[in-house]
Amino acid sequence: MAYFSINQVAVAGMSACVPKEYFLNSRDQLPGLDQAELLKIVSMTGIDKHHIAPKEICTSDLCYTAAEKLIEKLAWGKNEIELLIFVSQTPDYILPMTSTILQNRLGLSSQCLAFDMSIGCSGFVYGMSAISSMIAATKIKKAILLVGDTITKTLSIKDRSTFPLFGDAGTATALCYDEQAAPIHFQLNSDGSAYKAIIINDGGQRSPFSEQSLLPIKSDDGIEKTNAQLYLNGMDVFNFSITKAPKSFNDILQESTTNIEDINYFAFHQANKLMNETIRKKLKIDPAKYLYSLGKYGNTSSATIPLTLVSELQNELSTQSLKLGLCGFGVGLSWGSMILETKSICTLPVIEI
Amino acid sequence: METAEFIANVEEQFMETDPGTIQMNTEFRNVEEWSSLIALMLIAMVDEKYDVVLTGDDIRNSNTIQDLYDKVSSKLN
Repeated sequence: MAYFSINQVAVAGMSACVPKEYFLNSRDQLPGLDQAELLKIVSMTGIDKHHIAPKEICTSDLCYTAAEKLIEKLAWGKNEIELLIFVSQTPDYILPMTSTILQNRLGLSSQCLAFDMSIGCSGFVYGMSAISSMIAATKIKKAILLVGDTITKTLSIKDRSTFPLFGDAGTATALCYDEQAAPIHFQLNSDGSAYKAIIINDGGQRSPFSEQSLLPIKSDDGIEKTNAQLYLNGMDVFNFSITKAPKSFNDILQESTTNIEDINYFAFHQANKLMNETIRKKLKIDPAKYLYSLGKYGNTSSATIPLTLVSELQNELSTQSLKLGLCGFGVGLSWGSMILETKSICTLPVIEI
Repeated sequence: METAEFIANVEEQFMETDPGTIQMNTEFRNVEEWSSLIALMLIAMVDEKYDVVLTGDDIRNSNTIQDLYDKVSSKLN
């Protein structure tokens, strides 16, 4: 089992940015779906407002703004940041990677180490594991983790299994080398046997984009989408999530000898309320400590955990010492948990552009 | 596992269907209210009440409530 703890790394700050345009499930219309059905989706998933990036805004733009404002508030010198990791499955280009574009745009030194990681719903936990491991190993003093997705660009508006649920967001987490920092615990997993459960089939090299990629295909359940758009097998993902996420979190509690009562707040990947509540009940987590931002932002893929922390816990994060239980699960399939302690970190309200 | 209790638990997931509509031989896809959302609610209900996780294939390969009951029963043993 991939369980490990990283010492001497602290989170210094966290920010999040969403596009200002949004879709409101309880108000807006979708083709082929009557209002009653949409309202049923709202009540079951807990998802109402979800922000949708216009054509000209990419994930990197959301992450750029989140990072720029955070670095400014931290009063960090741009030259001090020596490591940047961008975690996303919605990059600017197939190549080059987006992290170098962001390194330049943020005005970071060309001596800054920068690379991308292509991970979705578990991306924040994986990204944190990579960046904190590198800080601990290299003693790099200041680093920035950018995590986000504009997954709505990959959706069919005629796919009721995805369109009402997903939103766009970009986040920035600032980390620093700190000899006094409490250990960060990680428990990470992967299972590629079910890689087809969440997939954009066409556009990579296995199944290149072609004229056929643009043809809408109608399935039995009335969903209409192309092979270049996101496919999600709701039942398989549901089954996976309610089995693997609680197990991963129980494992990390056990390995790190953490008492679940000692965790102040839980920020789990925001999939949908039915799934998240099933996971919460299995872990017997107090509802008052289990954070939700689903009603405001929906499922924003890799961004959900930091976005939820910033939107629901900004005041507590900036004034208190907290022990946080985090868990991401989804596309890959990939999942993992972390236990993170923070001490009055720098935060700002969710930014809209 | 009581069949009456199982039917009642399944019926709870159908909010707009008249009580008594759901029987062991009911083909659940033919219930007007059936949707993929209800499938997810069934998986959540079975997990909570019986501590059994149904897979997507379990649902796809079932037609009647009896089929679902049998799947849950086989995983209980």
